[in-house]
Formats: sequence, C-alpha cells, structure tokens
Amino acid sequence: MKRRLTIAAMTAALLATTGLARAEGELNIFNWGNYTAPDLIKKFEETYKVKVTVTDYDSNDTALGKIRQGGHGYDIVVPSASYVQIWVEEGLLLESNPNQMENFKNVDPRWVDVEFDPGRKYTVPWQWGSTGVSVDTAVYKGDINTSAIFLDPPPELAGKINVVPEMADVMHLAIRYMGGEPCTGDKEVLKKVRDKLVEAKTKWISMNYGNIEAMAKGDYAATVNWNGASLRMRDAKSSIHYGYPKEGYPLWMDNAAILKDAKNVENAKLFLNFVMAPENAALISNFAKYANGIMGSEKFMPPEMATAPEIVTPAEFSDKGKFMLRCAPEVQEIYTKIWTEVQK
Amino acid sequence: MTTAAEIAARAERDDIRKRWLLSTPALVIIFLAGIGPLLVVVLYSFLTPGPYGDVKWEFSTDAWVGVFLQRDIFDDTLGIADAHLSIFLRSVRLSFATTILTLLFGFPTAYFIATRPERTQALWLFVITIPFWTNLLIRTFAVQEVIRNEGILNTALIWLGVTSTPIQILYTDWAIGIGMVYVYLPLMVLPLYASMEKLDFRLVEAGYDLYATRFQVLRRIIIPLVKPGIIAGSILVFIPSLGAYVTPRVLGGGKQMMLGNLIELQFGAGRNWPLGAALALTLTVIVTVALLFYVRYAAHSEQRHG
Repeated sequence: MKRRLTIAAMTAALLATTGLARAEGELNIFNWGNYTAPDLIKKFEETYKVKVTVTDYDSNDTALGKIRQGGHGYDIVVPSASYVQIWVEEGLLLESNPNQMENFKNVDPRWVDVEFDPGRKYTVPWQWGSTGVSVDTAVYKGDINTSAIFLDPPPELAGKINVVPEMADVMHLAIRYMGGEPCTGDKEVLKKVRDKLVEAKTKWISMNYGNIEAMAKGDYAATVNWNGASLRMRDAKSSIHYGYPKEGYPLWMDNAAILKDAKNVENAKLFLNFVMAPENAALISNFAKYANGIMGSEKFMPPEMATAPEIVTPAEFSDKGKFMLRCAPEVQEIYTKIWTEVQK
Repeated sequence: MTTAAEIAARAERDDIRKRWLLSTPALVIIFLAGIGPLLVVVLYSFLTPGPYGDVKWEFSTDAWVGVFLQRDIFDDTLGIADAHLSIFLRSVRLSFATTILTLLFGFPTAYFIATRPERTQALWLFVITIPFWTNLLIRTFAVQEVIRNEGILNTALIWLGVTSTPIQILYTDWAIGIGMVYVYLPLMVLPLYASMEKLDFRLVEAGYDLYATRFQVLRRIIIPLVKPGIIAGSILVFIPSLGAYVTPRVLGGGKQMMLGNLIELQFGAGRNWPLGAALALTLTVIVTVALLFYVRYAAHSEQRHG
C-alpha cells in the first residue's frame, strides 16, 4: 500500500516537472464557449510557435468563481464589461497596460476611455453588442427605433411581443425610457418603471430566450433582443429589422485580460497585441458575428456583415448606447423586487 | 477461562462493529451527497448576501424574513411578500392540476396494460418508457413544435376545416397543462401498473357475479386495491412538478414565474444567495410535509384494510 502511494507520488511529480518544462511555449485561454475563432488560434500558434489551449465557461459567475479559487493555470480571461470592475477590485487581473502595446492604435477611440477600465490598463476589446428591439416590419410599419415597441406597444404588435427574461437588460431599457440613468436608485423613476412594466406586460405574449425561430415562424412580431441574434433573424426572414431605442439602450462588451497569477505572461501579452490587429479581430467577428471594436477590421469581413445595420450602429443612435455596469447591491435588491413583482 | 456467555457477547460485539464498518461507505455517501449539501444550504440561508453574489460570513435572518415578509420598495411599509406567496401558490396549484390530470389519463392506461396478455404487456410498458430516452428539454420543444400557430396541430385543424384561423394554444395555461401531463404521465402509469398487475381479477369477476355495477366494481374493488399505486404515482408526479420550470417557461411563455425561476433569479441576476437558499429550503419543507402526510395516510389506510 505504502509503496504504491510512493510510486503514485513520484509519477505525479514527474508529470509536474515535464509540465513545467513544456510551459515555455504555452498559452491557456479561458473564454466563453463557442466564442474563440479556431482560425485565430491556429494563426497565433503558427506565428509565435506557441501551443494554445482554450477552455470554455458559460457565464461570468462561473468564470469568476473558478478563478477566485486559484490553482486554475489560465493566462487569459474574457469578462464582460459589467464584471471587469469586480475582477480588478478583487485583484485578479494583471495591470498589463495594453495601451502601451504596438497595435493599440487600432482600438476605436470610442472604446478607449470606457467606464469599466479607463484608458485600458487591464483589458482589450474582444467583441461588443447592444440590446434593442427586433420588429417584423411586415406587421408594423412605424418607427422601430424606440423602446415603445415593448413598453407602449402599437396596436398592430400588442399580444405578439416577446421580451427576453434578462433582468439587467430589460431594467436598463425601461429606466432609460422613463428618463432615468442606468443603475439609478431614484424611487420616483423606479416607481414609474415598475408601473410601466406591469402595464406593458399585459400586451406581451411571452418572456423567452431562443426567439430566432419563433420570430421567423411568426409566433412573435417583435422581441427585445441582441443585435447579433437580430442579424440571424433577418437572414431567416428579410422583413425583420433591428431597432436601436432612441431613449437609450444597453451595451455589453467582452474584454480580454491577463490574469494576475498567469504563468505565461509574455505569451499572453503577445496575444493581446495580436487580437488588436484588424485582420485578426475580423477573424473573431466572422466566427461569432458581433462587432469587435478594432478599426479597419471591417475590411476583412464578408461585405454583407461589414455593412449590416445590426453590426454597424447608425451614427444617429451611436451615442444613445451606455454600458451595462454592475449596480450597487442596495439598488440591485430593488431591481430584483420589481422584476419579481412584474412576473408574480 | 472464558465462559460461553462471554464468548457469545464478544462475538456479538464484533458482529455489530463489523456491520457498522461495512456500512461506512453507504453512510459516507449519504452524508456527502445528501445531508452535507443540505447543511450548506441551511448555513447559507443564515448569512448576509455578498455584494457580487456569494455570501458574507455574517449571521443574518434577513433571508428568512424576506421569504414571507417584505418592506415595500416605495412606501417602506412592512407587509406579506405577496409576490413570493403568489408564486408559491401558482407552483402548488400547477402541481395539483398535473397530478389529477395524469391520474385521470394514467389510470385507464395502466388498467389497459395490466389487462393485456402477459407477452404484450412488456411491449406496452416499453412504449410508455420511450419518451424517457430523450432529454426533457428536447421533448418540451417538440411539444412546442406541435402546438404552435403554424404547427402540426393547427395546420391539421385548418385543413380539416374545424377552424379558419390558428387557435392560440402556445403560451397559454393550456400549453403548460399539455406539456406537464405529457412529461409526467409515465411516472404515474408505471407505479399504477405495478399495483394493478398484482390485482386479482377474480375479485372483479366476483363483484360482477354479485350484481355490482361497473362503477361499483371500480370504486369498491379496484380503487381500494390499487391505492398504494395511486399514492406512489401521485407523489412521483407532485414533487417534481413543484420544482418544474423548463416546461412552464418554454410552453407557458415564462411571463409568470414558477418557484424554480424565483430561486434561480436569486442565485443569478438577483445576487442574493441567502434568499435563494431560504426559498429552496421552504420548498423542501413543503415537500417533506406532503410526504409525512402521505406516510400517515398510507399507514392509516393499511390499518383499515388489514
């Protein structure tokens, strides 16, 4: 028994040392599932002679939980804007100063001084998108660039509207529609928001995800939705268009960053610089169908994607989008209560 | 010199020790997989929510108060948490309805199978279990495909001229009912069949010989004899229905929360793990009470029938 244990321990030690010996040319990426373009990884491996391993996660909370525990062995992580501050405050990210890197000049100035990482000391843009409304314009001919589509529905749409059950997105849209700021704790605004949601809900048919097919088959005539999903709806049915609510709409952005306890920091820095090159950023977008925040990348995208209004925000609406950030816990508690009351 | 009695006593002690030793694996599994996690949930329900999910290690009973009472967001008065209450009631109501409907459909089905020749019974049972080969989510989406406005059912009805415009079934309570009954029916049929199979059909014949009507035979002979199956089936359907949320969400449209959704919200976007834990435990308590009720009821009816 004892001897067997010794042998096991020696084998483990041997494996560990060979692992360390190989670590010279490695990079371990921890990213959302189905989100890392395989040809991007292949190109990086061939250019820098580095062996890349990609591991998936399915939510910000999963990723955060795993990294908090330590001993993970990852170098790169891709948290959403609303979580970046948590990662930074908990000391999980390395201040790698991507803003000093060679390719940083390609980052769209719009995404440099972002609220969640002013001046980009920790993160580089990976992909970004917005939440708005998708409307079947064969059913409703009026203005679709408004949250009134689901909060004050026109008669043509009443009873045919779906709303995604995402508390953060829907609260953001409703608060901006009632004239408030995201994450506001202003009770007067919130009361109006609650009353508006309760009233509007009677005109919704459902609160579901997975609505691409339902829109294409006509179960819904409108839905609160993400821009990339809306592009896929238009592919399925050409009369479906994406509206950017002019009262204000939420933006999300996933950002690549280096972990503080990364073992392959130099390779990780090479990777951050690498994804800021337009031709490489385009590989990410071509794979996952969202915009990437790197100027010049559209030249490397298929033309129908480079010009899609779902991906390229029309100028008149581009300043109406605001990042979804994490709200203060006491504000969050009120939002949860409103959300529960709306669905009780 | 040791006496025979001492030897016997030692043998018995050894025996008891050996038995405990041998059951250690089972005890470890029960503790690690059953009691341990439950204790973690109990512990979390008495802590303070952390700012970004997770918990702070400070004792608090807020979560438990929050299950039943809530401070109004706007006028700060303390009242009953009617949102939680109505969500609880909705889940319980749905579970009752599902249990009764599956019983109504499952009873004749099980009776039909039990009265087939023995060789074909196995085939019928096999047919009943086929849906279990597929994931619940996929079956639910399949139901959606059948009842949607441009789905098979409505297309057939229009073709037959029963209706000229599609009937809206999807995203109504009807859709939830259809989905729940479809999903849970096998759980009712199988225990019912198990007790009907043992039914002595000579008793049924005797009943008819004594001029009992069909209804009397059913009420006074068959139902009392298959009662254990009815109760077991009802429990198997009722308890998972309480926690069901895929089916109501996909088919009912998810406009109204079920208990499962409410609990999920607290662990996800709501970032209030202690409240989620307290809600989950409240559900456990409801289920336990239902089970205790069953045990007493079953014992009671056994006494009567001796």
